Amino acid sequence: MLKHIGEYLLLMKQVFSKPEKKKILLSQIMREFDSIGVDSLVIVMIISLFMGAVTALQLAFNLSGNPVVPTYTIGYATRETIVLEFSPTIVCLILAGKIGSRIASEIGTMRVTEQIDALEIMGINSANYLIQPKIIASLIIIPVLIAISMFLAILGGWLAGIFTGLFTSHDYIYGIQSWYHTYEIVYAFEKTFCFAFIISSVSGYFGYITKGGALEVGQASTKAVVNSSILIIIFNLILTQLLLA
Amino acid sequence: MIEVRNISKSFKNTEILKNISIKFEKGKNNLIIGQSGSGKTVLMKSIVGLHNVDKGEIFFDGQPFLIMNDKQKKKIRREIGMLFQGSALFDYMTVEENVMFPITMFTNQSLEEKLERVNFCLSRVDLENANKLYPSELSGGMKKRVAIARAISMNPKYLFCDEPNSGLDPRTASIIDDLIAELTEEFQTTTIINTHDMNSVLKIGDNIAFIYKGELCWQGNKTEILNTDNEKLNSFVFATELTKRLK
Ligand SMILES: Nc1ncnc2c1ncn2[C@@H]1O[C@H](COP(=O)(O)OP(=O)(O)OP(=O)(O)O)[C@@H](O)[C@H]1O
Ligand SMILES: [Mg+2]
Repeated sequence: MLKHIGEYLLLMKQVFSKPEKKKILLSQIMREFDSIGVDSLVIVMIISLFMGAVTALQLAFNLSGNPVVPTYTIGYATRETIVLEFSPTIVCLILAGKIGSRIASEIGTMRVTEQIDALEIMGINSANYLIQPKIIASLIIIPVLIAISMFLAILGGWLAGIFTGLFTSHDYIYGIQSWYHTYEIVYAFEKTFCFAFIISSVSGYFGYITKGGALEVGQASTKAVVNSSILIIIFNLILTQLLLA
Repeated sequence: MIEVRNISKSFKNTEILKNISIKFEKGKNNLIIGQSGSGKTVLMKSIVGLHNVDKGEIFFDGQPFLIMNDKQKKKIRREIGMLFQGSALFDYMTVEENVMFPITMFTNQSLEEKLERVNFCLSRVDLENANKLYPSELSGGMKKRVAIARAISMNPKYLFCDEPNSGLDPRTASIIDDLIAELTEEFQTTTIINTHDMNSVLKIGDNIAFIYKGELCWQGNKTEILNTDNEKLNSFVFATELTKRLK
C-alpha cells in the first residue's frame, strides 16, 4: 500500500515534467478527447436521463398526499440530488469503469508488448508522453460530461413528471429554480476535477506498472477501476467535509 | 564501440547474467548467441539501460553509461536504434507514422523531408506499399521489417537487434541478415544482434559471443565457431541436421 503511494507519486513527478514537443502533446490531447469524451457520451446521456427521471418519481411517490410539503419540493430536491451527488460522484464512478479500464489496458498493453521500452530507447520520457495527455484531456472533458449529465438528469425528471402526471411542469421548474446557490455548482465541479484526476492518473499508474502478459493487463485494468472507485468514494467524503462545512 | 565489463544481473535472487565482459566493435556484426532462456535479451536490455544491472560498467565509445545523468543518457539513447524481439510497433499508428515517429519527435523537418526519409527507410527493408497499413494488418516478417526501418530512421550509431529473423522463413530471414549487415557496413554502426539461428551466425558473424546459462562461455568468429572443442558450444552449434552435415 505505502509502496504504491510512493511509486505513484514518483510516477506523477515524471508525468508532469516538460513534454518533448508542445505540438505533439496537443495532438495527443485531441486524440484523447475522442477516446475519453466522445466514446463515453452515450452511456452518460442514457444513465443521466433515466436516473433523473427515477429520482424525481421516487420523490413524487414519497411526497404524494403529504399536506405540509409543497409539490415544487420535488423539483428542488431532484436538483440538489443530481447537482451535489448523482452527477459528480455516481457518474464519475461509472466513468472510472469506462475510462479507467480503457486507460489501464491501453498503457498496460503497451508495457507488455515492449512499446514503452521502445519509447524509452528513443530517449522519450514514456510516462510523460503516455499519461500526461490522458490526464489533461480528462480534466477538460470529464467536467463537460458531468455538466451534460446534470442537464439531462434534470430534464429526465421533468419528462417523468409530464409523462406520469405526478407533478406539473410548472411546479418542477419552480422547484429547480428555488434556493439556488452558486457555491453548490462550484463545489460539484471542484469534486469533478478531483475525480477526473483520480481516474486518469490512478488508471495510468496501474497500466504503467503492468508486468507480464495479456492476463496481467486484464488484472491491471480491474485494479485501476477498483482503486479509482474507492478513492473517489473516500475523496467524496473528505471534499464534502472540507468544502461544505 | 560498446564495451561491457563484469556486468551481473539477477531477478529475485536468481542470477541471470554472471559477470559478463564483452567488447562490441564498430562497423562489425557482433552476435550474441545462446539457447532460449540463456539471458540474451536480458543482456541486451541491460546494455541499453532498460534493466538496471547489479554491478559492472558499460561504455558507449568510451563514455561510462551507467553513471550518466538522465540528460546524458537520453543523448546516448537518441543514437540507439533497437529492434525488439516482438517488434514493439506502436499499434495505433500506421507503418508510415511508426517510422516517422522518432523523426517527428527529435527534429523539426518538414513533412516532405520526413516522408522522404520514411520512404527511403521502408525501401531499404523492401516494404514500399505498406505505408498506410496498421501493425495488426501486417505479417510477422513485415512487422520485423517495419521495426528495422524505424530503428534506422534516425541513422543510429548503435544498432541493437533482438532476434531479427526468428519466426521467419529461411529466405526472408536471410534477406534481413543481409540488410542488417549492409547497414552496419555502410553506416559503420556498432551492431549487436541476438540470435539462435545458426544460418545467421555462419553468414554474418564477425564477432560471436556464446552465452550459456548467463555466463560468457566462448568468443570467436564464424570460421572459428566450426572448429572448436568447447563442448557446450558444439552441442549448440551442431544441434540441427544442416550443421551436423557440415562436420
Ligand atoms: N523481467 C524479468 N523478470 C524475471 N525474470 C526474467 C525477466 N526477464 C527475463 N527473465 C528470466 O531471465 C532468463 C533469461 O531470459 P532472456 O529473455 O534473456 O532469454 P533469451 O536468451 O533472450 O531467450 P530467447 O532466445 O527465448 O529469447 C529467463 O530464465 C527468464 O525467465
Ligand atoms: Mg530473447
